[in-house]
Amino acid sequence: MSKKVFGFFNKQKEYEKEVLENGTAARYSGFYADSFKRLKKNKMAMFCAIVLILIILVAIFAPLLAPYDPTYQDYSAVLASPSLAHPFGTDEYGRDILSRIIYGSRVSISIGIVAQVVASLVGVTLGAVAGYYGGVVDSIISRIMEIFQAFPDLIFAMAIMTFMGKGVLNLFIALRLLTWVRTARMIRGSVMQLKEKEYIEASRANGASTFWIITKGLIPNCLSTIIVMVTLGIPNAIMYEASLSFLGIGIQPPTPSWGNMISAAQTFISYRPVYSIMPGIAIMITVIAFNIFGDGLRDALDPKLKS
Amino acid sequence: MNEKMSQAPLLEVKHLRKLFPAKSGFLSKEKTFIKAVDDVSFTLMPRETLGVVGESGCGKSTMGRSVLRLIQPTSGEILYKGQDFMKLSGADLRRVRSEMQIIFQDPYASLNPRMTVGEIIAEPLNIQKKYSSKEETRDHVVKAMEVVGLNPKYYTRYPHEFSGGQRQRIGIARAIVLEPSLIVCDEPVSALDVSIQSQVLNLLKDLQSSMGMAYIFISHNLSVIKHISDRVMVMYLGHVVEMAKKTELFSNPSHPYTQALMSAIPLPERHSKRKKIILQGDLPSPANPPSGCIFHTRCFMAQEICSTQKPELKDIGGGHYCACHFCGKCQQGE
Amino acid sequence: MGEKILEVKHLKTYFHTDAGLSRAVNDVSFSVEKGKTLGIVGESGCGKSITSLSIMGLVEIPPGEIAGGEIIFEGEDLLKKSEDEMNKIRGKKIAMIFQEPMTSLNPVFTIGQQITEALMLHETLTKKQARERGIEMLKMVKIPLAEKRFDEYPHQLSGGMRQRVMIAMALCCNPDLLICDEPTTALDVTIQAQILELINELKEKTGTSVMMITHDLGVIAEVADDVMVMYAGKVVEHATGDQIFEKPMHPYTEGLMHCIPKLDDDDTQRLSVIEGMVPSFDDMPAGCAFCPRCPEARQICRERMPELAEAQGRMVRCFKYTQEWEESGE
Repeated sequence: MSKKVFGFFNKQKEYEKEVLENGTAARYSGFYADSFKRLKKNKMAMFCAIVLILIILVAIFAPLLAPYDPTYQDYSAVLASPSLAHPFGTDEYGRDILSRIIYGSRVSISIGIVAQVVASLVGVTLGAVAGYYGGVVDSIISRIMEIFQAFPDLIFAMAIMTFMGKGVLNLFIALRLLTWVRTARMIRGSVMQLKEKEYIEASRANGASTFWIITKGLIPNCLSTIIVMVTLGIPNAIMYEASLSFLGIGIQPPTPSWGNMISAAQTFISYRPVYSIMPGIAIMITVIAFNIFGDGLRDALDPKLKS
Repeated sequence: MNEKMSQAPLLEVKHLRKLFPAKSGFLSKEKTFIKAVDDVSFTLMPRETLGVVGESGCGKSTMGRSVLRLIQPTSGEILYKGQDFMKLSGADLRRVRSEMQIIFQDPYASLNPRMTVGEIIAEPLNIQKKYSSKEETRDHVVKAMEVVGLNPKYYTRYPHEFSGGQRQRIGIARAIVLEPSLIVCDEPVSALDVSIQSQVLNLLKDLQSSMGMAYIFISHNLSVIKHISDRVMVMYLGHVVEMAKKTELFSNPSHPYTQALMSAIPLPERHSKRKKIILQGDLPSPANPPSGCIFHTRCFMAQEICSTQKPELKDIGGGHYCACHFCGKCQQGE
Repeated sequence: MGEKILEVKHLKTYFHTDAGLSRAVNDVSFSVEKGKTLGIVGESGCGKSITSLSIMGLVEIPPGEIAGGEIIFEGEDLLKKSEDEMNKIRGKKIAMIFQEPMTSLNPVFTIGQQITEALMLHETLTKKQARERGIEMLKMVKIPLAEKRFDEYPHQLSGGMRQRVMIAMALCCNPDLLICDEPTTALDVTIQAQILELINELKEKTGTSVMMITHDLGVIAEVADDVMVMYAGKVVEHATGDQIFEKPMHPYTEGLMHCIPKLDDDDTQRLSVIEGMVPSFDDMPAGCAFCPRCPEARQICRERMPELAEAQGRMVRCFKYTQEWEESGE
């Protein structure tokens, strides 16, 4: 019976020949590799990816790149205008602004990425669990989320910083203690929708385990949502850090961060505008690059948009 | 060998029920249920096609899914090749599931948009860990694609690149790749264009004659049901109202609902002489079904007894079952 | 020949897409006579719905474009009307019923509010008069307990009831032309039978002309006086209902007619099929659009598109009925 139906060995040979000639099978190497190929075609996103990689490299190799120690105070050159010695000038303590921006990237980037990735992991896990299992589990997680959502973000972060003391770790906590809720809500919604899809039912009809359904059915289809949440969340975290530092409760001087630099520069904005503009540009470039790269990544993960 | 097999039923369903909890008022303790499938029993022989016909909300899809335990039935018995399917779990359940498949109505929703055609068709093989090597799996998928008339060069394409008919072929390839003995077809052609419908119906028939699987074919379209089925079950509000061999049912429809359904299909012919029975009113809500005979609110020949007493599904001769107080007495509407 | 209420001449509606120019409606001409029903039948993508949207002036521009033609309605070309003028015609003189009765009613307003809105938009009525007219309309489409239903919300009604409400809304200003786009496709058979009967009855009563767009030849057989079959943006056959069901002439019409399973078929036989698929617009075959699927195609069919020409008292777009067919004899 089976021989009769599946007896297409000759055609099979033809197929293999065709594969060799057109490379149809060779062209395909899995969902993620395929997505990467699509991403590579998006020039703008690739450009932004390079910019981001450069920024990250700058953060890693800051001691090698910075011309001065960011905390070295040169009182002979206070609030100097840009010159060959100090390309972006110096601040009110005579510290080199370029070096401070280079070192500041360490704080901003690590806070952005680490805080957002941790928050997303928590959010995705809890959201997926709530959406997939539903019932009591969902009710409990949803109630917790509602409690967290009842706090205004910035004021909550300020309260935590004041309560727990200033420091990088506390800043992480303050920044992301609330944002996982947004991720969790989105993921819960998509998982609830996806698990009713017929292709998930088809997998179940074949005896697929929960693990299979989550990894093959749910995650690839949620991925674009997650990616967008993460890539939009990182610049958001960078901005938050800047706001908190600006308000004087973020990273404490003399450790440089883009946020506290802008905060310090505001006094001198009319006298030495370049002092506040430069860290502002750094924030802007990073935020825009993350946003465009995130959009590109989302498109690349959706096979429907393949042109 | 075939003879022996054909004597033992492939599937026996007894008193299958599925209740869905209905929304009750906030904080109210009282629980109400929607009887989506109520006391459905049938047997299915190997290589047989049982057509299930009814309007939306009659419970035919829920019934199909309950048989596969995609929806857990509330009560009832499902015997698959003599073993109690309801009690299976773990590895046993997975093994039996490899012999039962489902084809869905919506060829757009039933294929994972993030998988290629090859991955979709290979999924059942991978879940069941049928082959250890990727090459073997791929070869098998390619063969299945050819059987359903898909060019294997589409192996690496994504489902959104295909038309409805081709997508339905992908769904069929996924269903046959494990060579199952039972496929539940849930409205497999109703989302397709007419010219594509006939291609898919022919394909399903061909596959049945070459691979020998049984179908539970669910459709709202009586003409399609008549074309493909051996036996037909008519459902209304979760109940079986009539069940018979196809030829018997279509030559001698005994339940007034079946008669009305038959007369309501618009036929592509002018000035047809058949008498139209146009039912009045809408389908009652399954949350609050009528008392007595569930059909009496729309029945053109309802009597007093119909609103008080529920008619049994009884054999009116030759395996023709009908649930009406007057069946046999009232053929063709009089 | 009765009085023509609508005449479409050489209508061309194109869509500019990323993949190229889609000729969704490609040189389509037809007319609707007063009090008659024209059925337009075809598969998805044949251009039947775009034709009706073009008449209503509801084609989104861009990506759409009316590339040519005339739509003469009561002596005036609708394509030359301004948006304001079209708003006065839409709903009042030409009304439309859509396939999906679930989504074409606004869920946050009552049935009554939506009917009276349509009425008061085009006619000067007091609120009380509008309510009376609205209830009257609901009664006309045989909605039981019309007074009660008038104050209910769409979700409280079944699919069939909602479609009746849509019909009531469409008919409330006594339109001269009613366009029905797959009005029964989303409904159950027994409900479909009710709605078709209702449309036929109302047509008799009000004298409205109807354009019935559907993929279902069974529906066409029940309601249409004239039938137009479309394929890949073109009319392939245009005849009276009696003619077409007695003997379809175009091979596509014939194939369509034969591939539907029927109740009186010999069901031991395989269904006859139309091989292949509807071509996509960026992959149109040369010559006749149907020739790759046509069992009778000859060399000439692959070379150029046949004209829509008169043959045996109807219009057919096929070389089979031309002089050239004999000459091309294979």
